[in-house]
Amino acid sequence: MSTSRRTTAAVAIAGAAAFALLAAGCSSAAPGGDEEVTELTLATFNDFGYTDEMLAEYTELTGIKIVHNKAATSGDARTNYFTKLGAGSGLADVEAVEVDWFAELLQYSDKLYDLSNDEVADRWVQWKTDAATGSDGRLIAYGTDIGPQAICYRSDLFAEAGLPTDREEVAAMIDGDWATYFAAGEEFVANSDAAWFDSSGAILQGILNQEEETLEATDGEIIATTNPVVEDAYTTVLDASPELSAHLSQWSDDWSAGFANGAFATMLCPSWILGVIEGNAPEVEGWDVANVFPNGGGNWGGSYLTVPAQGEKAEAAKAFADWLTDPEQQLKSFVSTGNFPSQKSLYEAEELLSVTRPYFNEAPTGEIFSERSAAISVAPFKSVNYFPVMDALQNAITRVDVDKTQDADASWDQFVTDVEAIG
Amino acid sequence: MTTQSLAEDREIRRITFSHKLNRWDVKISPYLYISPFFILFILTGLFPLLYTAYVSVYDWHIIGGQGDFAGAGNFEWVLAQDKFWVALRNSFSIFLISAIPQVILALIIAAILDQNLRAKTFWRMGVLVPYVVAPVAVALIFSNMFGDQYGLVNNALGRIGVDPVGWHSQVVPSHFAIATMVNFRWTGYNALIFLAAMQAVPRDYYEAAMLDGAGRVRQFFSITIPSLRPTLIFVIITSTIGGLQIFDEPRMYDTTGAGGASSQWLTITMYIYNLGFGPAGGGQFGRAAAAAWLLFLIIIVVGLINLAATRTIATSGSRSSK
Repeated sequence: MSTSRRTTAAVAIAGAAAFALLAAGCSSAAPGGDEEVTELTLATFNDFGYTDEMLAEYTELTGIKIVHNKAATSGDARTNYFTKLGAGSGLADVEAVEVDWFAELLQYSDKLYDLSNDEVADRWVQWKTDAATGSDGRLIAYGTDIGPQAICYRSDLFAEAGLPTDREEVAAMIDGDWATYFAAGEEFVANSDAAWFDSSGAILQGILNQEEETLEATDGEIIATTNPVVEDAYTTVLDASPELSAHLSQWSDDWSAGFANGAFATMLCPSWILGVIEGNAPEVEGWDVANVFPNGGGNWGGSYLTVPAQGEKAEAAKAFADWLTDPEQQLKSFVSTGNFPSQKSLYEAEELLSVTRPYFNEAPTGEIFSERSAAISVAPFKSVNYFPVMDALQNAITRVDVDKTQDADASWDQFVTDVEAIG
Repeated sequence: MTTQSLAEDREIRRITFSHKLNRWDVKISPYLYISPFFILFILTGLFPLLYTAYVSVYDWHIIGGQGDFAGAGNFEWVLAQDKFWVALRNSFSIFLISAIPQVILALIIAAILDQNLRAKTFWRMGVLVPYVVAPVAVALIFSNMFGDQYGLVNNALGRIGVDPVGWHSQVVPSHFAIATMVNFRWTGYNALIFLAAMQAVPRDYYEAAMLDGAGRVRQFFSITIPSLRPTLIFVIITSTIGGLQIFDEPRMYDTTGAGGASSQWLTITMYIYNLGFGPAGGGQFGRAAAAAWLLFLIIIVVGLINLAATRTIATSGSRSSK
């Protein structure tokens, strides 16, 4: 009995000593910092163009192994992000966020590391950086890509309808405001079975992304239902819809099938959608990109990288996010996916300007989107309620344009009710 | 003497101890054996239930966490939402459109399988195949087939000169399409349950009925169906619970998972999920918890109605079998 007690004591002492050693080991390692980091996790969605080769390059440079998790859609990524941010654990060391729900995240910027750093201060186009900077001056995210918009069109359908097919001539024909774009559409549909554009919801988004205050006032109040800008856009789109729309809801199965079936001849074309078109209609020949956008320029979408404060490898994660958003890496991402970089030094770079896309009739996409990004003059204000209100507005358009279950007035009334339920 | 008494002592003690063990075994063991279920139930059923009740009386955000005490505020808010009632309507409608044909079809299939077929096992396993397919995969395939403009179903309807149906845009067609997925998955499963019950019906009944000159159909209605009563009740209750909680199929019915632009196929569980985790207007755990509790109460009410109906059927069943 007594022997066993002695053994227990010995074990306890040994254990305590080991624990102390372990603790000492840890504390001595901590200030040294990142030599300890051997692995970092990265979470993205859709396709950021971060290929395995690119990540292997980082491993070669630093010895840090990268584990890359890809969510299928931005919505999945959002659910995952918010749930785990609330729970306080489980997020990757570097997490990608999309611009549409980024605003919602800003109000919890204290749960993200401040990434501001003089070396990167000038890396991005100004409006991209501004949107990631909190009111307290903290930069909570590094920009990856932006979505400068051009017009994509089916040159074969244009030819059948007797419209010009050359991308310069098409650009000249559409150049102007939204009315010019719709007028060209009327000419087209008079001579074709196809519709002019894919989805009224997309057009509405295109129009609203050219305005600074749309759904929310800059003080955060929801003004969507009273803002004449929104109601005008709503009426304009729905007036054009019966004749010109293919009555498809973006991202629906019918919409994807519409590409291969030649349902529509043009669409608003942020750079990242090129891959979507190619994927949905690999056999269609005739898609092309025109260097033009109604009413000037416009941005649609784009993403950021954040470093959640719940992660314990802050310095290493920051360095990694810095490296990923470095112009060199973003250029590679553009070449492989078409995600247009937000790094302004690239807009002059020969490697970017010389990029062409075979599927789109060898269109010089580097040059086109570089010019399209220069045409972006307005950064729409998006805050906490932007996403839910936009969703309600898109539903209102869908009810009239796609479902045809309500007329424009009734659908607007329901939109007003829906918005009242938000917040 | 001392050694002897010691030995006796020990022996007696041993007996009493094992006696005690025996008594404990008889008294406690049964509870121990069923305890894993209850421990699991407390962890995964009762605790979340009570915690949800706690959350439902607070303003609670997905990231911000617990906020101010709201009392019945969340419940009032949910009950005042049109969407809640639309979702409730949809849940019941999809449930009815799926459950009724499903039970009838399952009965017919079971009756056919109960006959002397060649390759019995093949047919019996065959009806279970849809059940093995993941519901999400089923939903993806069906939502594509039920596409409004380029779907297989509308294409086929067009061939025979029927106007395309708005499978996604209209309320009833969308419910019908979702019910089809549910039926695809569950009919075979229920058919096997019915089949098992049918095989337990004594064959003498059928022989006697045949001697009395009853045809197959008469036999089915007068012998098979009455003998299946308890099984029918089981199937109806499980499909009621499943039906009111339907989530996978409607959520996967389009790419956004929000239930349609005018909430055509938004079910009550989707409504709860969207309030809690949805991209548009989500993150409101307090309200989502309140809606979840309302669903719980509704299921209890439906359960009580079921129980009453079950009692009537059961008693009338036992009377008729006498």
